[in-house]
Amino acid sequence: MSQPAKAQKDRSMAQQKEMIAGHFHALSTAKESGRKVVYTFVPGNLTELMHAFDVLPVYPEINALQSGMRKRSGAFIAEAERLGHSEDVCTYVKCDIGMLKNGNIGPTGEKLPPPDLLLLSYTGCFTFMKWFELLKREYDCPVAMLHVPYQGDGRFSPGMRDYVVSQLRSEVIPKLEQITGKKLDEAKLQEALARSSIAEDDLVHVLEQAKHRPSPIDSYFGGVYYIGPMFTAFRGTQSAIEYYRMLREEIDERVKAGEGPVTPEGPMKNGEKYRLVVEGPPNWTSFQEFWKMFYDEGAVVVASSYTRVGGVYDTGFRHDANRPFETLADYCAGCYTNLDLPTRIGLLSKWVKDYDADGLLVNSVKSCNSFSAGQLLILREVEKRTGRPGGFIETDLVDPRYFSAANVKNRIESYLQMIEQKRHNPSAIVSEGPKAGALPVMP
Amino acid sequence: MKLFLGIDLGSTTTKAVLLDEGGAALGRGITNSRSNYHLAADIARDEALIAARFTLLDRALEAAGETGEEAVLFRKRLDARFRKEQRMSQLSSLRERALREAGEGGRFGSRAAAVVERLLLIFDDIATDWRRPHLAKAKSDFFRDQAASDFSRLAEQHATREAPFDGLMSVFDKTIIQVENERLDLGFERNIGPALASCLANESGARRERYEACVTDAASIPIEVAATIGTGYGRQTLPFAKEQIRSEILCHGLGAHAMYPRTATVLDIGGQDTKAIQVDGSGIVTSFQMNDRCAAGCGRYLGYIADEMNLGVHELGPLALESTRHVKINSTCTVFAGAELRDRLTMGQRREDILAGLHRAIILRAMALLARSGGVGDEFTFTGGVANNGAAVKALRQLVAENYGERTINISPESIYTGALGAALFARRSVETPQA
Repeated sequence: MSQPAKAQKDRSMAQQKEMIAGHFHALSTAKESGRKVVYTFVPGNLTELMHAFDVLPVYPEINALQSGMRKRSGAFIAEAERLGHSEDVCTYVKCDIGMLKNGNIGPTGEKLPPPDLLLLSYTGCFTFMKWFELLKREYDCPVAMLHVPYQGDGRFSPGMRDYVVSQLRSEVIPKLEQITGKKLDEAKLQEALARSSIAEDDLVHVLEQAKHRPSPIDSYFGGVYYIGPMFTAFRGTQSAIEYYRMLREEIDERVKAGEGPVTPEGPMKNGEKYRLVVEGPPNWTSFQEFWKMFYDEGAVVVASSYTRVGGVYDTGFRHDANRPFETLADYCAGCYTNLDLPTRIGLLSKWVKDYDADGLLVNSVKSCNSFSAGQLLILREVEKRTGRPGGFIETDLVDPRYFSAANVKNRIESYLQMIEQKRHNPSAIVSEGPKAGALPVMP
Repeated sequence: MKLFLGIDLGSTTTKAVLLDEGGAALGRGITNSRSNYHLAADIARDEALIAARFTLLDRALEAAGETGEEAVLFRKRLDARFRKEQRMSQLSSLRERALREAGEGGRFGSRAAAVVERLLLIFDDIATDWRRPHLAKAKSDFFRDQAASDFSRLAEQHATREAPFDGLMSVFDKTIIQVENERLDLGFERNIGPALASCLANESGARRERYEACVTDAASIPIEVAATIGTGYGRQTLPFAKEQIRSEILCHGLGAHAMYPRTATVLDIGGQDTKAIQVDGSGIVTSFQMNDRCAAGCGRYLGYIADEMNLGVHELGPLALESTRHVKINSTCTVFAGAELRDRLTMGQRREDILAGLHRAIILRAMALLARSGGVGDEFTFTGGVANNGAAVKALRQLVAENYGERTINISPESIYTGALGAALFARRSVETPQA
């Protein structure tokens, strides 16, 4: 327990835990402190703008995944289904509705305040609109909608950028001004944006360390912790800068020491045997069990699309304080699920090559259309471009009914064995084996 | 001699294949999986070892120049006698256990004597029947199925007020499990002697001596299982070390390639899995898809339908082949399909037509998996228990032709052993290249 690696890992984890606890405490006391509360989504979030208004963000997606990890989602989903939501609806939505109906208690056990504004960043996921339509019925509060055009032909044109900026000016900012009763302080926004880009540099550095062999991090199961502060309430804050600097130092230490990722059971027992790129969100209800299926086999995820769900920084994007509104527009448009299939295929293929992965594994989630539509096509195309084998598994976000452990494990193992088999000289397996469709043996 | 063993623990049956050093299949065995994978693996292996001895006997006969009609007949008879010896010893174990179960101090109280008397009659009749030289072809190879079918028929016949049918059957149900879960000594060495003696009863002179010498030869070759690989649904619970386990997907791919070297695509429909596998020119899996959240459309679906219709699962295919009218079954859920079946029967549709529709529904599910895995290449090898079902094969041929055009479709009568064969090939390879 006293190894330095473990202690350092704990340091950034502990820091993050403290940040989260502080945030949820601020939320639970928002009424007393007079701070306004805005519910919003992770992809294309306007966190810096919210900081400029000093409002507190709540991310229902994060609440849902936290409920999944705390084994509460099954009951919440059942509650939502009793209220008439279909089995095929996004399980994040149902989990959130169920949580709301059960007192809206957040992950730290403190009650979440109702929203003063629903900030609907309609980016990359078309269920978001319906989700807030449902919440609007529950809470008597205004909705500010930001429609971010889908990058259908693989680019974000100047016209599209202008369209988003004009909505910021005419819709989002006025509504924030209205609920807070104060004018936007542009200098404050710019300060937050400047802080964002510092932390963003460090996050990118951390994720890129997975190019080392062995990779010092798991960029999927570990990665979801690393992206936490960046994709939620903390981007643009001083504490995020400190967190990512600390994380960066920890990971650099691990690289120097030639260490692999730290799993819930400590360092990987048999080291890194397989390097994978994973597409799609993780399963949250059996998160630990799911991860174990990988590290038990020596499989490390070196890059994942999920850790880009709140922003693809690989391609060079950083928040730019000099173009405050344009940069917000670019950020919203550039999150992973707002990219068209060819762009996603290009990114995944590039990661397979850049991170020298053995192949792409898709975790397909039936109820998440924004990720899952087209995933088989993506898989085939990435296989073709990289020449490395692909694998396909299916689970769910937070509905425990859709995690069939034995099947998932079977498929992961089969996929890894397939990689293993391809690595070895394939000739000579069946040199003089039986031929002609029969086992020449006695009945 | 060194042998390599592959064991495929399916949800329904457990299969074993033994390869010799040259990679030729020397023996194979199959048993029902029960709930005891340990035992199922042992029994399948024992069966494969016995089969291997018979293969060695064939080789010895051939070496001795005994390849004529006489020798073929002798081998056939010897095999049948040997199986009979095995069955009879299992039957006698069942008899002993049943008598003990029903006897004094047991659950039948004052009626114990009457029940025992009836059981004796039943077992005597079964034994007489099984001892007959020409036993009618059994519907199943498994002792359980054969015994159950005969016992229930005779229990109905012999039941009395004191010893009612239900009581007799309950004794059977309890004791058959015990017999299934004991490893009787069914080995070659023990049973070949009596089998040979009864076979050669009317034989004399030089031929008799030559046959006996060949059997002695075959029995005396030392056999060593040099490596074992386990695969299949039950592989996680197997008494095998991790490095002795391979995914059934890889095993099916390799096994299919070994049987049909030009295989590009494999479809395996087993008890609870459907697998669509693409392999390269060396039998290496390049891509695969499996049914994930739901097992509708697998072999068990047919088992369920058979139960619903009060038929044996092997009777479904032939019946469906008699269909004359196209019936579309929409439900892919096994339980709903049962409901749809009853509904259609009450609507007056023919059983044969409905069954054909159900078979087509299964294959449609498989077609979706095949499409997702990368389509149907040429050649296309169909494996698993469902490959033995003519109606399923017919539907598959039709749908493959409609969707992919002309394809060579390979179906081996031995297809149920594909996974075990692949596992045995991996076992052989593991000795050649230990890191593989």
